[in-house]
Amino acid sequence: MTGAGTDTLHADVLVVGAGPAGLAAAARLAAAGAGRVEVLEREAQPGGVPRHCAHGGFGTWTHPLTGPRYARLLTEAAERAGAGLRTGVTALDWAPTGPVLTTVGPGGPQTLSARAVVLATGARERPRSARLVPGTRPAGVYTTGELQQAVHLFGQHIGTRAVVAGAADVSYAAAGTLRAAGTEVVALVTEHPRAQTSRVRAQAARLRDRVPLLTGTTVTELLGHGRLSGVRVRHRDGRTAVLRCDTVVFTGDFVPDHELARRGGLALDPGTRGPAVGGTGHTSRPGVFAAGNLLHAVEPAGTAAREGARTAGAVLDFLAGAPWPDPGVPVVVDAPLRWIAPNRVVPHRVALGRRTPAAPPAPHFLRTGIPLPRPVLYVRQDGRLLHRERPGPGTALPERTLTLTARWHDRVDPAGGEVRVSTA
Amino acid sequence: MTVTADGPLPSTPYDVAIVGAGVVGCAIARELARHPRLRIALVEAQDDVGQGTSKANTAILHTGFDATPGTLEARLVREGYERLGAYAAETGIPVERVGALLVAWDEEQLAALPRLAGKAARNTCHDTALLGPAELYAREPHLGPGALGALHVPGESIICPWTTTLAYATQAVRAGADLHLGTAVRDVQRSDGHRLITGRGTLRARHLVNAAGLHADTLDRALGHEDFTVTPRRGQLLVYDKLARPLLRHILLPVPTALGKGVLVAPTVYGNVLLGPTAEVLHDKRATGSTADGLAGLRDKGRRILPALLDEEVTAVYAGLRAATGHEDYRITVHPEQAYVTVGGIRSTGLTASLAIAAHVAGLLAGTGLDLGPVREPEPVTMPQLGESFPRPHQRADLVAADPEYGTLVCHCERVSRGEIRDALAATVPPRSLDGLRRRTRARAGRCQGFYCGAAVRELFERGRG
Repeated sequence: MTGAGTDTLHADVLVVGAGPAGLAAAARLAAAGAGRVEVLEREAQPGGVPRHCAHGGFGTWTHPLTGPRYARLLTEAAERAGAGLRTGVTALDWAPTGPVLTTVGPGGPQTLSARAVVLATGARERPRSARLVPGTRPAGVYTTGELQQAVHLFGQHIGTRAVVAGAADVSYAAAGTLRAAGTEVVALVTEHPRAQTSRVRAQAARLRDRVPLLTGTTVTELLGHGRLSGVRVRHRDGRTAVLRCDTVVFTGDFVPDHELARRGGLALDPGTRGPAVGGTGHTSRPGVFAAGNLLHAVEPAGTAAREGARTAGAVLDFLAGAPWPDPGVPVVVDAPLRWIAPNRVVPHRVALGRRTPAAPPAPHFLRTGIPLPRPVLYVRQDGRLLHRERPGPGTALPERTLTLTARWHDRVDPAGGEVRVSTA
Repeated sequence: MTVTADGPLPSTPYDVAIVGAGVVGCAIARELARHPRLRIALVEAQDDVGQGTSKANTAILHTGFDATPGTLEARLVREGYERLGAYAAETGIPVERVGALLVAWDEEQLAALPRLAGKAARNTCHDTALLGPAELYAREPHLGPGALGALHVPGESIICPWTTTLAYATQAVRAGADLHLGTAVRDVQRSDGHRLITGRGTLRARHLVNAAGLHADTLDRALGHEDFTVTPRRGQLLVYDKLARPLLRHILLPVPTALGKGVLVAPTVYGNVLLGPTAEVLHDKRATGSTADGLAGLRDKGRRILPALLDEEVTAVYAGLRAATGHEDYRITVHPEQAYVTVGGIRSTGLTASLAIAAHVAGLLAGTGLDLGPVREPEPVTMPQLGESFPRPHQRADLVAADPEYGTLVCHCERVSRGEIRDALAATVPPRSLDGLRRRTRARAGRCQGFYCGAAVRELFERGRG
């Protein structure tokens, strides 16, 4: 298969990233007879982020799984379907034309060309530097991703007392990992008026595990030379205090790992900062699809996997000769909403060409920047109300999934302006 | 080859002890190590070379175009620029000759540019050129609106400050100098030469060089001199992600003011973009923290210079302290009766001038009665390649074919291979912390700051050190 001299490999589909979205896409593509499907994974092990989420919450209600178990099942499914899995191989950049990637691995540099590429490069938490938290640069500063790998993959020593910045689900997972590593959790700190998790989970942490939650509070400075000695926090009423600790974990605040998308010149959505896509994962570059948390940082692994499988359907249509769709009408949000994905709508009669839809359009995921009690979402185009929806009975919280159905898509004027989603 | 970080110090006297293993101290050690008869000790309080001002600067190789003509600094910067440029080429220290643009944002600054061009010419920098707004924006299309013109200084370059310091130290140690880390000098006594009282015992030396940077005044006072006081000037800097690198081609300098060179936007050899520094006069020599006000001020200035930069991710925030003395020149003083040379007040130009300072200091030491003896040029060293405009190890098919460890990337954002981490841990001057490993390899220096690779890099570091 390997070309002589230039070391070029040809596949039918290249999937970049062996997390839930990439593995699910590869499994469906290989099972459906898409030809040679190759998954590139830069880590030594496939599975993506669930590899190091030792906690439960994966799988389904009827078959709950831990993250590592879930990662193994997805990997086995892709391999069983016949997809090739190349671990330890990094996709570096694009060749000047076509869906062609340059890669490197222990076997050396290689150029891989394909009829279609699926980007499933995932997301990461923004570290302390990107959050512009001032102070010194001591050791003992983590993100949840690094913390979980340190504890669950390598068994490394963490510290004695830790502060967790954030109070979302991922923050509580970080607190659990810290406790498993024998580190006392001094407090969870959030700028918001309440935790961004279920009341049951927040209460269990406070009462059972005795971890205080400091609301309306931000970490304003890191202290200590060599090793962290404490963090300065400020309450919104202006009071400040120093919490003594040797470890701080910055949790949540996910952003897509979009380097390859940007290097490929893909149009990005200003809200999500991932590739701009409609519900089928077509990006602005013909032949290149995107799926998973690269598009919405972040949704649960199961959502990413379902989206990978859905995108595989669009890839199959494309391989069978379906034309690349028009970019579609942009969908944007007004504050306090932060982003929406998918963020393009391709009205049906334009998108389908000669086929009828196999599945209804995917719902949209949104995020709010502040808690919204009993929100109502309004969808408008050029001032015209297309749709009004109450997403659920409770309060929409930052860092938590908020969904909007796609029932209004057929009312979008393909020649009109952008579609705006707002809360008023 | 001797590098120590703990235990007792050798009891036999050295010919020369250099206090401070920053870029200047390491350059002096390297220069003196060219003389194989000399026994040299390089003494450093921290656990690594280049841990003070040398690690936290703007990483620019200066032409010296705006130095005060006739000063020692002007001469040593000019000489050092040539020397370090040649040394970098033979050693593999990444340098990019990107050139600088001094951008004028108002009429007063515009009017100052011809005067700066004249000053540059007096500093033998004859290739500057005045640019009108059309040519300026053609060169820098992402520059913010409102710039009126610029002075182009083609020779201004960017360099890796860590590799430079490490190259000097590596060559000095391989040529026989002893590097004693973790050795804070608490006092100096004069009896039968110098007796340095350190946290690790007494170290004796016939000749002493003070390259203690921020602490040079303290050491100078211990020897009875009241020549200068170091008032740290803090410079905070923001480092932007590599995805910002296409936004600019040159070092973008402001027109200088009395307080310093002002806030610049510059590419780095690693492919990042720097925004900074602030210039804050402080009294605490440990105040290397960043502040909310400092960062907000930098972002305001950056927004004007290169608006699109502010949309990119910040991969690092750091603050360095420059050793300002209130004098407009270096304070390099020889005290022959004490067999002692003070190398004080080396400001932000110290990286550029380092090799010239070293040669100058060796001459001064000879004047204090030190017999340098014959010269044997040290073995050339080849440093690990950290620059983005040169092939990195993973990009070299020959290297990966010979050793697949160079194709196995561990740090994905910076594309650092297991092979490079292994090499750094086995090097002449190995890292003693993850920060030291980062400065040698770039591991954990990227946009994820360890989210993906941090635990794996730590594992390699801890295992590699045994």
